[in-house]
Amino acid sequence: MNTTHYPSQVVFESPETHTLSVIVDNEPGVLARVVGLFSGRGYNIESLTVSETEHEAHLSRITIVTTGTPMVIEQIKNQLARLVPVHRVVDLTVNGRVLARELALIKVKGKGDARVEALRLADAFRARVVDATTESFVFEITGKTDKIDEFVGLMGPLGLVEYSRTGVAAIARGPEPM
Amino acid sequence: MSRQMTGAEMVITALQDQGVEVLFGYPGGSVLPIYDEIFKQEKIRHVLVRHEQGAVHAAEGYARSTGKVGAVLVTSGPGATNAVTGLADALMDSIPVVCITGQVPTHLIGNDAFQECDTVGITRPCTKHNWLVKSIDDLPRILHEAFHVAKSGRPGPVVIDIPKDVQFATGTYVGPKNISHKTYRPKIKGDMEAIRKAVEMIGKAHRPVFYTGGGVINSGPAASQLLRELVKTTGFPITSTLMGLGAFPAEHEQFLGMLGMHGTLEANMAMHESDLIVCVGARFDDRITGRLDAFAPLAKKIHIDIDPSSINKIIKVDVPIVGDVAHVLEDMIRVWKQTQPEVDKKALDKWWKKIDSWRARKCLAYRGSDEIIKPQYAIQRLYELTKKKDVYITTEVGQHQMWAAQFFKFDEPNRWMTSGGLGTMGYGIPAAVGVQMAHPKSLVIDIAGEASVMMTMQEISTAVQYRLPIKIFILNNHYMGMVRQWQELLHGGRYSESYSEALPDFVKLADAFGGVGIRCDKPADLDAAILEMIDTPKPVIFDCIVDPAENCFPMIPSGKAHNEMLFGDMVEDIGSVIDEKGKMLV
Repeated sequence: MNTTHYPSQVVFESPETHTLSVIVDNEPGVLARVVGLFSGRGYNIESLTVSETEHEAHLSRITIVTTGTPMVIEQIKNQLARLVPVHRVVDLTVNGRVLARELALIKVKGKGDARVEALRLADAFRARVVDATTESFVFEITGKTDKIDEFVGLMGPLGLVEYSRTGVAAIARGPEPM
Repeated sequence: MSRQMTGAEMVITALQDQGVEVLFGYPGGSVLPIYDEIFKQEKIRHVLVRHEQGAVHAAEGYARSTGKVGAVLVTSGPGATNAVTGLADALMDSIPVVCITGQVPTHLIGNDAFQECDTVGITRPCTKHNWLVKSIDDLPRILHEAFHVAKSGRPGPVVIDIPKDVQFATGTYVGPKNISHKTYRPKIKGDMEAIRKAVEMIGKAHRPVFYTGGGVINSGPAASQLLRELVKTTGFPITSTLMGLGAFPAEHEQFLGMLGMHGTLEANMAMHESDLIVCVGARFDDRITGRLDAFAPLAKKIHIDIDPSSINKIIKVDVPIVGDVAHVLEDMIRVWKQTQPEVDKKALDKWWKKIDSWRARKCLAYRGSDEIIKPQYAIQRLYELTKKKDVYITTEVGQHQMWAAQFFKFDEPNRWMTSGGLGTMGYGIPAAVGVQMAHPKSLVIDIAGEASVMMTMQEISTAVQYRLPIKIFILNNHYMGMVRQWQELLHGGRYSESYSEALPDFVKLADAFGGVGIRCDKPADLDAAILEMIDTPKPVIFDCIVDPAENCFPMIPSGKAHNEMLFGDMVEDIGSVIDEKGKMLV
């Protein structure tokens, strides 16, 4: 029951997940502006990565995976574009030619059969061993988000200790820049 | 022009180069070098406020009544945090303000130094943009960039946080050039394809209405002129938001009055039953739309706005036009003249007949009295007795604000200063100070409530110091009237904490501040008292004792549609209009 003074939210559309690429000036506070915008306006962030991409031009690229109705996604893009240090906002999902990858480091501890099984699965998922002791491995895996989810899920019963993920980096297919 | 100077000198030089004549501020440890430069010059007049919130509201009043950028100077820590309400207010109402804050020296930032706060962090969500200047080399560029960002596109407040060591440092000053910002480039001209489509739709409409807002005022006087031309050419009805009052003359027969929660029946019904809404510089705010799924169900919508993020935010529109109102209207009028669309006169006549039937309901009617001053009557008399004068109105927030919007008629833009988006009680007195600074010879009246006045009344002292003869016209009903009204309608008449107990004697208060106090509690004495107020060449507090039980109608209760309005003359006991279930739902 709505007991506020404000009209209840009217939802006409179902939510979609979009991957946005945002080119920003690499200046202090720019990430805080982007993150503050999302928290302040109640938008979702599923993944956010940021790194300087053009050192000479002081440009950084922020990749954001977010979920919302088409109207909310349009708002997010417009609100991002309104920030003064933002150069461009491109919705990579719109043309459907998005390449998205993330990297994860996964620590697994175990002996005997579990250890062998973990190594076999790692091979199947093309994960590399980047650190090993007699009772542990650290795997490095890259791929789409769901592939990494899958691999982490499989490691669970085989002695998963902890893991660290980079979040999504994304780019459009084909020869053209965004 | 480039020459060597200190950071503090740069601040004052840049303000002068940007055409700033009045600076509202309050000194403190972190801005002393800048205050020293103020002391050494005479071009910029500094107005010493009594609280930093007042400085920003005064700058807003100055900006809104002149179309120029308002300038503010405050110290670090509490100076900056006190300014936050004003900045949030300016952001919500798109008012151009440049606020310079002092900061502790760069080597102390992050050390919890005395009067340190994370000013850029705190003001980030309540400014259009902000800067922490860490090097003297960046200062001149940022100062000019700040003015550019504040006044261009959709205007708004900006903050420049300047550490004290940067104010002392020496560097090369560069004057303002025609800067082309590397990322910030607001779109001014509307898309011609969309404009042609819009004109075509306007030509074919049978039940059209113009819905206009603060964007018309912000776009400048030309926008108001063009709007008048377009509205008169088409013969369409026009309504305005609270922020847009004055863009179109209120006494004109095509004007339906304000729309929204306390708008007129004719304006809201015209929106509800229209087949085309032409939204010009307004943003479909929740006070306007009411229940979203019942908002203008039959209407196609054209939306002109300079801010792309205003479009399709709340209401999906059919033809969005991103651009400055004046530019877009100019193009629309040109296309209209070229294409000469054939308006369906018969349909339009029928539409006006329908509107006249709503007008005949006289939704603003109230029960008059010989015994006690009705607040609506007070505003009507204030309007009648001042309308031939050069008058500017500011308001506080609450019932009096809505009555002022309903009963005071504006002919021109930039005459009406009110806190629309944020709804800041205490806005009116400092805003009036700012307006009077810009227009020393004009009559500046703050239409106020006794509760709002208590929030920023220290600025009366500012008015006295600078001999600003502002008039504070208090509709004193001894209640936070709008709170009381909602409690009556929605909370069973349990008036929790909304009674203004222990009010000061406003006449003595005016006297204590060095102004003039006038009290009036009889309708028969009101005209003479208002005339006395107008003729007093000093700040005046007018304590107008009004009916404490009066409610502000018409009203669309929150969450209701435009055709579900409440009227003052519906029933004796308004508390019974909304049933128990409705009270829970609203």
